[in-house]
Amino acid sequence: MSNCAPTTCETCPSPHAELRRLGSKSDRWDHTVALAGNPNVGKSTVFNLLTGLRQHTGNWPGKTVSRAEGAFDLDSRRYKIVDLPGTYSLLGTTPDEEVAREFLLFGKPDVTLVVADATCLERNFILLLQILQITPRVVLCINLLDEARAHGIDIDTRGLSRELGIPVVGTAARRGEGLAELLSAVRDVATGAFVCARQAPEFVPAALRDAVGKLSQKLGATYPSMENPSWIALRLLEGDPRIVAALKNGEFSSAT
Amino acid sequence: MSPTEEILLDAESARWELGPRFQDEVAARVSEEASHLASRHMHRKGDGSRLRWQRGLDRVLTSRITGIPAMASIFAIVLWLTIEGSNVPSAMLAELLVDTLHPWLKAHALALGMWAWLAGLLIDGMYLSGAWVVSVMLPPMAIFFPLFTLLEDFGYLPRVAFNLDRLFQKAGAHGKQALTMTMGLGCNAAGVVATRIIDSPRERLIAILTNNFSLCNGRWPTQILMATVFLGAVAPPALAGVVAAGSVFCVAVLGFLFAFGSSWLLSRTVLKGESSTFSLELPPYRPPNLLRTLHTSLVDRTIIVLWRAVVFAVPAGAVIWLSANVSVSGHSVAWWAIGALDPLAWVMGLTGVILFAYVIAIPANEIVVPTILMLTVLVSGTPVADAPGVGVMFEADDSTLHTMLVSAGWTTLTAVCLMLFSLLHNPCSTTLYTIQKETGNWRWTALSAALPLALGFLVCTAVAFVWRHFAG
Repeated sequence: MSNCAPTTCETCPSPHAELRRLGSKSDRWDHTVALAGNPNVGKSTVFNLLTGLRQHTGNWPGKTVSRAEGAFDLDSRRYKIVDLPGTYSLLGTTPDEEVAREFLLFGKPDVTLVVADATCLERNFILLLQILQITPRVVLCINLLDEARAHGIDIDTRGLSRELGIPVVGTAARRGEGLAELLSAVRDVATGAFVCARQAPEFVPAALRDAVGKLSQKLGATYPSMENPSWIALRLLEGDPRIVAALKNGEFSSAT
Repeated sequence: MSPTEEILLDAESARWELGPRFQDEVAARVSEEASHLASRHMHRKGDGSRLRWQRGLDRVLTSRITGIPAMASIFAIVLWLTIEGSNVPSAMLAELLVDTLHPWLKAHALALGMWAWLAGLLIDGMYLSGAWVVSVMLPPMAIFFPLFTLLEDFGYLPRVAFNLDRLFQKAGAHGKQALTMTMGLGCNAAGVVATRIIDSPRERLIAILTNNFSLCNGRWPTQILMATVFLGAVAPPALAGVVAAGSVFCVAVLGFLFAFGSSWLLSRTVLKGESSTFSLELPPYRPPNLLRTLHTSLVDRTIIVLWRAVVFAVPAGAVIWLSANVSVSGHSVAWWAIGALDPLAWVMGLTGVILFAYVIAIPANEIVVPTILMLTVLVSGTPVADAPGVGVMFEADDSTLHTMLVSAGWTTLTAVCLMLFSLLHNPCSTTLYTIQKETGNWRWTALSAALPLALGFLVCTAVAFVWRHFAG
């Protein structure tokens, strides 16, 4: 991160968080963390770094074929972390995308850690923005910073954090670089010390706004615990059968 | 009407008013925002020499002309390093575990008053088979898996899939099948699990059914031993290593050809359909982290595969010892079984001993060779100077082995047919179990065993017929 503006963690004197890796012992936990991101951005490496597990990593997309779970203990709070399969989008119909979408919607993670590849941020941001539509409690981890440096790429993590309203941490997970900052960001969002406040830009075109507004208002009134009524409204307008079924089964009201 | 029903009804009517493709506009806005975000907070300095270097490398490794030859030479080198490099440590392990520790254990067990039959079962049967598997398998795996993981971490595997994609597509299969077949080179059960990366169920089934044509690690000792003892011996001594590695390489390539052929056959018969398209991302080449690669490949792959092999080999060792030492009507069980299999084996250019060994060795391919050697001693009655007794696996050097097998009626044809049969026979029980779990269907599992077995029978019979016709 030598070329980036220093993050708050580097300048502030706060002691670094105490991490205990708990491997796959995830029977009891205080917070759930979902690990999402495009394929082949180093999610499994971040996962291993946090849990001390050795989930197999490799340099090819699609390598994580099933959802892996692990746990870690941070400042005497237990976190369960779920490594979701890598996807480019949340809107498709492949099994990977369904697994990721289902978990983000119904697994109700306290923090969603989005891992992005520093060398191709643009493509990675598509997934990030889609996830932000579902949940605001996101930490963005810009990984492969070492590789980006070798390519002569500079990333302003502070500026991104300001604009997105979420913590943004640069890491090189293979070398363990940025782990401490990442942990404090996850802890702060989980405990509510950092309130994610996304200044949401308008993704809904004018012609749709009315319909989405009306629907999401009704959804919000019927399901007060629903975090993302406008996203659900959009999916309903698209006729997503899974969302329709979830409404009918009462999956959204169960969490109240 | 409940509020939920009302919402659903509202959504339904709004959908009709909006028309079908409004979601595209949302997607377009998201991607526009993504590119704005990236351009505001990311700055690129210069062109980056690394990018140019990577493009250059890709031009060679994924070109239509040089891609496949480059791939073949990379895998040939990996194979050669594995064969050459594992000779010495294998011999050392055998010296320690088989030649030194085994007699010591046996002597002490007997001295402590253990019954002879129990000492035979535990030490000659179970301990020796475990020891044999460790000394034969550990060195090649400890070389192959790290090399393979290095290639994987470097980013070469997707290029393999890219190079082979057109061939697989012509066979009506999925390009990612190349990835699962490469994983199969390590272990077929792992390869079968890896087929989850294929979305289309039809193509995934093809990939599962044909993964066994990837020559797995457990079968290499057989290939390497046959190639060294029989084929390498035909060549001048200086070239023996290269000839041996070359013939193993040919068998591995033949496996890939059989995978193409049977994929083609399956996609035209029981699994009809078009190949689906997919986009394959070629990740940037990344310098592998050497220490971590060594660690994960040794701990996660080598030790786990080895442990599995030992777990299966130990009870199999007991079965072998019993089959050689329990008699029915004056002869051992093994003698009867081998006699019954001999006629069929002759047609296939093999021997009854080999077929019986494959029956015993269903749990793990790794123990085929030790089983064959033990049974050969038993049936031919060839006394080998340092053989520790009937029904005992042992390690012998190459020339002793050659003499012993030739006196048991083996020819170069037997070795070639054994190499082919080792490639083309039913998957081991772990792989079969994995296939059953992944497909949830016994018929596909049965087909995955029957298909290679039938092919093996046909190919071996054809080779034996032609060979005898011209040689005899």
